[in-house]
Amino acid sequence: MPEPANRRELMVACAAREIRDGDVVFVGMRLPLLAFALATATHAPRALGLFENGIMRDSPPAAPVVTMSDGPNHEGALLTGPMSRVMALLAAGRVDAGFLGGAQVDRHGNLNTTRIGPADAPAVRLPGSGGGADIASAARRLLLVMAHEPRRFVRRVDHRTSPAYGDGRGWRARAGLPPLESVTLITTRAVMRATEESDGFTLASVHAGEDARAVAADTPFGGPPPPDDVPPTTEPDAATLAAIRGLDPQRFWTGAA
Amino acid sequence: MDDAPGDKRCSMADAVAALVPDGSAVACGLALEAAIPFAFTHELIRQRRTGLTLIGPIADAVFDQLIGAGCVDEVEAAWVGNVTTGSGYCFRRAVEQGRPRPLLVRQHSNLTILVALQAAATGVPYLPTRTALGSDIATDHDGFAEVACPFTGARLLAVRAVRPDVAVVHVQRADAHGNAQAWGNLGVSVEAIGAARTVIVVAEEIVPTAVVRAEPDRTLVPGALVAAVVEEPGGTHPAPLPGVREHDPAAYTAYAEASATEDGFARWLDTHVLAVADRRAYRARFADA
Repeated sequence: MPEPANRRELMVACAAREIRDGDVVFVGMRLPLLAFALATATHAPRALGLFENGIMRDSPPAAPVVTMSDGPNHEGALLTGPMSRVMALLAAGRVDAGFLGGAQVDRHGNLNTTRIGPADAPAVRLPGSGGGADIASAARRLLLVMAHEPRRFVRRVDHRTSPAYGDGRGWRARAGLPPLESVTLITTRAVMRATEESDGFTLASVHAGEDARAVAADTPFGGPPPPDDVPPTTEPDAATLAAIRGLDPQRFWTGAA
Repeated sequence: MDDAPGDKRCSMADAVAALVPDGSAVACGLALEAAIPFAFTHELIRQRRTGLTLIGPIADAVFDQLIGAGCVDEVEAAWVGNVTTGSGYCFRRAVEQGRPRPLLVRQHSNLTILVALQAAATGVPYLPTRTALGSDIATDHDGFAEVACPFTGARLLAVRAVRPDVAVVHVQRADAHGNAQAWGNLGVSVEAIGAARTVIVVAEEIVPTAVVRAEPDRTLVPGALVAAVVEEPGGTHPAPLPGVREHDPAAYTAYAEASATEDGFARWLDTHVLAVADRRAYRARFADA
């Protein structure tokens, strides 16, 4: 009997479930990279992964990678070349799902990876957008993978680096952005989802051992209270868990959580 | 430079001295985490360049080092940090505390910096995109303006052209004339080379021109557009170079730990840059793999 999934492994499994077979996926690093690899190894063998450095691949790297430009992410790739190839697909609306994370997310799914505090006196300067703003602007579905720390969940981000639903319903069309089907927020404690119509996140499931009200209390978006019937997050089956552990054998990304 | 006609080979020290004056706008780190010309940027620091503007997409530790060394007044980039570990501490100190000197940051996304370079490369003052509309990036500085499409009326983000004075690329091979070949992930290398007034090629190895001619589909830039070519094996360490050298994450982790404080950064800089004569000496000490 294998050891049950820890929270990071559960997050990887949840994120992989959001990838459909045949999807074009804008992949990030760390847990998103594992989630994409897991999806291609299980239910989505025809998914295509895009990396903003200019790599496209449809299979897991044979060895762990720390950055998307590491050797194992080149080996077995389908295409390596300029960023323009992948960014054009994204900007033209041909990316089904894109992974993002950030220091702050607000109830409309907007992300901040630029600064904590005011523009003229930031308490913390963060690295910035990278491709985050581009993914949020143009991918059809956004998949956010974040640690469940209450300070990360805010009514309004200090800086809107990557725009999801902006100020709420109807905002994207007014801003000139294409439609966004959904934003799925996968945390260490729960899965939440927002759509154009939902006007904020709702709890889709809570992980084993979590109480929906307690999770909601630690998610200070300022939205309505959670429904009474939030289901538990489905645990990965034995084969899926074995696949995750095969992809991260040293538990470099999925250890200790 | 060599006396042979069209021979553009020179040392890194000579290339920096001749082609990168104080106040230059320098584009580098263009392939993202791979092929970063650290040998070039360390020479910039040794020659105490000041007032630089740095241009690039996601600058893995390289911009952080130049900022910490006091070489930089402005950054025009999508991301500044240390990809292996996260934050760039020198970047943080510059923005949060103005140390070692204040820094102007012109924030981009990866696509907007690509588009800005492409505009310069194709000789237009701006190019439109839809990316980042409605974001705080779009109003962060004067390099962006919302415009209406003249054909459809749709709202678009005009991205002003960004023209580097110098673009620096580290490639797998080049000939003595600067005909440079690169493969693997290229990021925005093509757009930056097209946009820049001066192109410096750093090559892992110098090869006969016949090697270039045998596989012209690998050519990143023809030598006619290149000002200087520097043969510098190992010049990307600790960044990887596809097919040649693997990423050295331990070096990035050690840099992150050292640069967390100003004193730690100063010691790191002294050991890894200032007290090292050139890349050959660096390789002997830190990357003798």
